[in-house]
Amino acid sequence: MSGFQGKKNIPRITSDRLLIKGGKIVNDDQSFLADIYMEDGVIKQIGENLIVPGGVKTIDAHGRMLIPGGIDVHTRFQMPDRGMTAADDFYQGTRAALAGGTTMIIDHVVPEPGSSLVAAFEQWRSWADSKSCCDYSLHVDITDWHKGVQEEMETLVKDHGVNSFLVYLAFKDVFQLTDSQIYEAFSVIRDLGAIAQVHAENGDIVAEEQRRILELGITGPEGHVLSRPEEVEAEAVNRSITVSNQTNCPLYVTKVMSKSAADVIALARKKGTVVYGEPISASLGTDGSHYWSKNWAKAAAYVTSPPLSPDPTTPDYLTSLLSCGDLQVTGSAHCTFSTAQRAVGKDNFTLIPEGTNGTEERMSIVWDKCVVTGKMDENQFVAVTSTSAAKIFNLYPRKGRIAVGSDADLVLWDPDITKIISAKSHNLAVEYNIFEGMEVRGAPLVVISQGKIVLEDGNLHVTEGSGRYVARKPFPDYVYKRIKARSRLAELRGVPRGLYDGPVCEVSVTPKTVTPATSAKTSPAKQPVQPVRNLHQSGFSLSGAQIDDNVPRRTTQRIVAPPGGKANITSLG
Amino acid sequence: MADRRRDWWDKEDDLPVYLARPGTTDQVPRQKFGGMFCSVEGAYESKTIDFDALSVGQRSSRGAGQRAAARGSASPEGGEREREPEREPEREPPREAAGQPGDRGVGIISSTGGAGGKELLQNLDDLGSDRLLIKGGRIVNDDQSFYADIYMEDGLIKQIGDNLIVPGGVKIIEANGKMVIPGGIDIHTHFQMPYRGTTTVDDFSQGTKAALAGGTTMIVDHVIPDPGSSLIEAFDRWREWADEKACCDYSLHVDITHWNDSVKQEVESLLKEKGVNSFQVYMAYKDLYQMSNSELYEIFTFLGEMGGIVQVHAENGEIIAEEQARMLQMGITGPEGHVLSRPEELEAEAVFRAITIASQTNCPLYVTKVMSKSAADIISQARKKGNVVFGEPITASLGTDGTHYWSKNWAKAASFVTSPPLSPDPTTPDYLNTLLASGDLTLTGSAHCAFSVAQKAIGKDDFTQIPEGVNGVEERMSLIWDKAVVTGKMDENTFVAVTSTNAAKLLNLYPRKGRIAVGSDSDLVIWDSDAIRTVTAKTHHSAAEYNVFEGMELRGAPLVVICQGKIVLEDGKLQATAGSGRFIPCSPFPDFAYKRIKARKQLAVLRAVPRGMYDGPVSDFSPMSRGGTPSASARTSPTKQTPPVRNLHQSGFSLAGNPAQRGAPSTEETPIRPAGRRIVVPPGGRSNITSLS
Repeated sequence: MSGFQGKKNIPRITSDRLLIKGGKIVNDDQSFLADIYMEDGVIKQIGENLIVPGGVKTIDAHGRMLIPGGIDVHTRFQMPDRGMTAADDFYQGTRAALAGGTTMIIDHVVPEPGSSLVAAFEQWRSWADSKSCCDYSLHVDITDWHKGVQEEMETLVKDHGVNSFLVYLAFKDVFQLTDSQIYEAFSVIRDLGAIAQVHAENGDIVAEEQRRILELGITGPEGHVLSRPEEVEAEAVNRSITVSNQTNCPLYVTKVMSKSAADVIALARKKGTVVYGEPISASLGTDGSHYWSKNWAKAAAYVTSPPLSPDPTTPDYLTSLLSCGDLQVTGSAHCTFSTAQRAVGKDNFTLIPEGTNGTEERMSIVWDKCVVTGKMDENQFVAVTSTSAAKIFNLYPRKGRIAVGSDADLVLWDPDITKIISAKSHNLAVEYNIFEGMEVRGAPLVVISQGKIVLEDGNLHVTEGSGRYVARKPFPDYVYKRIKARSRLAELRGVPRGLYDGPVCEVSVTPKTVTPATSAKTSPAKQPVQPVRNLHQSGFSLSGAQIDDNVPRRTTQRIVAPPGGKANITSLG
Repeated sequence: MADRRRDWWDKEDDLPVYLARPGTTDQVPRQKFGGMFCSVEGAYESKTIDFDALSVGQRSSRGAGQRAAARGSASPEGGEREREPEREPEREPPREAAGQPGDRGVGIISSTGGAGGKELLQNLDDLGSDRLLIKGGRIVNDDQSFYADIYMEDGLIKQIGDNLIVPGGVKIIEANGKMVIPGGIDIHTHFQMPYRGTTTVDDFSQGTKAALAGGTTMIVDHVIPDPGSSLIEAFDRWREWADEKACCDYSLHVDITHWNDSVKQEVESLLKEKGVNSFQVYMAYKDLYQMSNSELYEIFTFLGEMGGIVQVHAENGEIIAEEQARMLQMGITGPEGHVLSRPEELEAEAVFRAITIASQTNCPLYVTKVMSKSAADIISQARKKGNVVFGEPITASLGTDGTHYWSKNWAKAASFVTSPPLSPDPTTPDYLNTLLASGDLTLTGSAHCAFSVAQKAIGKDDFTQIPEGVNGVEERMSLIWDKAVVTGKMDENTFVAVTSTNAAKLLNLYPRKGRIAVGSDSDLVIWDSDAIRTVTAKTHHSAAEYNVFEGMELRGAPLVVICQGKIVLEDGKLQATAGSGRFIPCSPFPDFAYKRIKARKQLAVLRAVPRGMYDGPVSDFSPMSRGGTPSASARTSPTKQTPPVRNLHQSGFSLAGNPAQRGAPSTEETPIRPAGRRIVVPPGGRSNITSLS
């Protein structure tokens, strides 16, 4: 063991053997003092007085916290928008992420409506593989719904390691899906064992409001927030929770921006729904009052959807819910556009490209707003910035934990550093930082990604293209254990009755209610059965073998539980 | 029942004793407090003593009215024949359980309830008289109760107070301290509703008779135009049916089953000329009546400006369609599939969405048929947040639950089919009654829409085809009394509010309806809080074979029902006249809903931030339309036709000082943006935006 003391003196060596001495290892469940030895990008040993080969590089942590690298579950680097591309590409974006202590990002693939999901996925892979500096994974957005999409989703899950799909309830006539389509999409997602993510805003109402606001002559960025009031967000969250409950599909609400939306999630969780909420750096760190800034460029920099709430108490409220567990993970929804790009909407706020920065600031903001204020402890901090995300998206314990066998993505965290966020010093390509001037306490001192030191001494040493794609398996236990149990309970059975043989009224032919499904594309699970009763065959099923299995429609079977198993139905004549 | 009837017979013997000295029976001491309705205290003191004596004394000597005195000997047939010609004796054998035997005289009614023979009602059956005096009743309005006499003439209440001076020869009803309440208003019925070639079994005559038998003296029916057809034509057709047959006053809601510019004009003329102030939209029935969110937004905006009330049938039709398909695939075809495919969450979701849209458009919202706890919870939460929203639980949701969908008897299970369905959670009725009592739910209807078993059997092999609707118009008042007042959840005043007054206020008919006051219509009910009857299809007035409340024993029933100043229920006998019901036009902008809406409108003016023009570089972009497609369809917003493009020479800013304009703030256009204006309040006025730069 070489006597290197103090990282200042260490020359940067490309060795992938690394020993961290005297750190306090912080996982989401406990903290303890131990040394860590890493090799080939994997943690090999944890403990005291480790036996390590000679010549390893050693970092002395001096009792500082060593946390699992952050996982930013929501980024949109290099996102195309009407011929433009988000200012931060995968290189710039992951570099900023690493600078902030985040060692893995999950980006969103946004296929053009009507185009192939797999093709878009490959496109994103090629961009990210060539540029990403840290490990990454990809969510795929469903911007369109037809039969082919289902097959592509299956391919993505089975062959490409995607286990989360996002649907839009907003962006009418572009990405928005109808309730029926969402129902079908959720059914498919559940069958595939993936997570349904939603962008929750009522696009129909937003479209109407946008038109009204424009008619009123309001064309600036304030129109953006005025046309997307938080109720509209809460409504969509409520609706998607309803659909996910019906389909027994786990739901993940991206970008929780307002108190009311967070409340709806908290309420649903109390009722037992499997739903997760993701506040983002922007909603945790700032509010929407800046939309009224006299400086157009500044106001436009805050434009994102759902918008930041104009209620200045929102960040505080969301950090509280994050601390108590009603919200679980944090992302950044990092999607930056330069002022020139934003200016596309200078005369019409609906054209302003949407997105805010936050991938670099995320960890520090959560530390400053939650841990420094005493709302959460360091273990919860690890949970909301890294571990929960790894669990939900089935990366755990490879990511999100410091344990033997886990990836060597670590951050040496200094809770005492204070820095002022500013566009002058950030690692992004844009002119504005929405957290401009905010003083945050807590920052990464050393960042290790894939077993290599990438941040040290305030210097970033990243390698473009070194990031690996991390495939994710379906049916994450953290989410699907409950879903599986429920789907076993939720079997429905008909009431066996004698055939009605009384008089029947004559009716005219107009069908009353309902065409069975939105379109030819029917439910994924089964082949379309005609919704007509086949009197020779019965679809009843019983849990377990029954003596009368061979006899269709026996008596005395009753509905055991209605969907969700809420109501208490006992035998009634 | 039989026992009680025997009691009654025993007590019959006592009656002549009361007859001998009717004026002297002990009465509950009168409360000398009638507010504005009281005569000046003591003004008539000396006269009325004479008058009272006079009227009592005259009773036996008044020509046609003598039968009262001679009741012991008058044969019932004779009594019937002597009635005014317009009364229909056809329903002569009263079918209520507490009804009276057929040979009973008409002069005096004695209550059969626990109070035994204490009550005494005089009935001087004057020919053609529309002068009526109710003596000694306790008048119950939604704000207070007090003892006073009521004198009615020409279908109006003329005097209220003690010791009234009334012309001779009036018919007198002795209420003996019983409650006199404003007649019920059933705000939601579907009588004579056409359905795929058949019609609901209760037409306006049958339906309004059932209503009157239950103490409801006004109904509000829903006009359901076929999608694509004219609203006004449908309205006229309903008017025609109802004018011909209705036995009590009625009014109409019109359902908006499709939406375009011509419908909009029709809605406007219905509002302004035809006396309709409430319109229902459907969030369910996909591909038939269902409206998209954008259409809902436009309708809400429009009605909010025109002063109408938006009613919603709140269920998420798209998910229902998916669930129905799933149920049928699983082989569930019976009525239980109905409730399984329409879980209460879907109702709650739609209520939530409707409230969101109403709040955005600043339009009062009325949720029809609140059937589940979760939907009711959403409404009460929204009310706490200040939304103008009213919830209407119906008789069925207050009285029974959805466990019967699993009945082995198909016909019985099918008779419960309605949408949203009755909740299978048996604690629902109790919960809804509690919210009704606390004011979170505002008023009650019945959604009476009765189909015969043969009609329901249209869906015998496919629950989606079962015609939807339950009975309830007759049971509504008794059921609420039994579930809410008897249990101590609400008092008699709240009872009046939820069964009558609130509905009248919302329809802008108050105080003509829904209150006992001088000048109001004389639609009154003398309520017997002790009567007990058992609801059963054998005795109900509806034509349907099943009653969803079958076997339920209800305490509280109307003793006498007076509609348009005429006694229509008395002695357990219903004497209604088909076609006597009048259409009551409702005017827009009911204060009950719109006072708050108007105030909010003045606050919710939005203003842009004045900024210098952005003159920096602008990226190139392909003009793919993103978020802001202008509208659901070609039909654009009601206010203006401006395309969503900024006209740099014209600005739409308005100032808060000009609240008169509503909706179209373009009247005051200034060529240059006024400096120093900021958004004062975002829509709804919730958040606190002060000057920020």
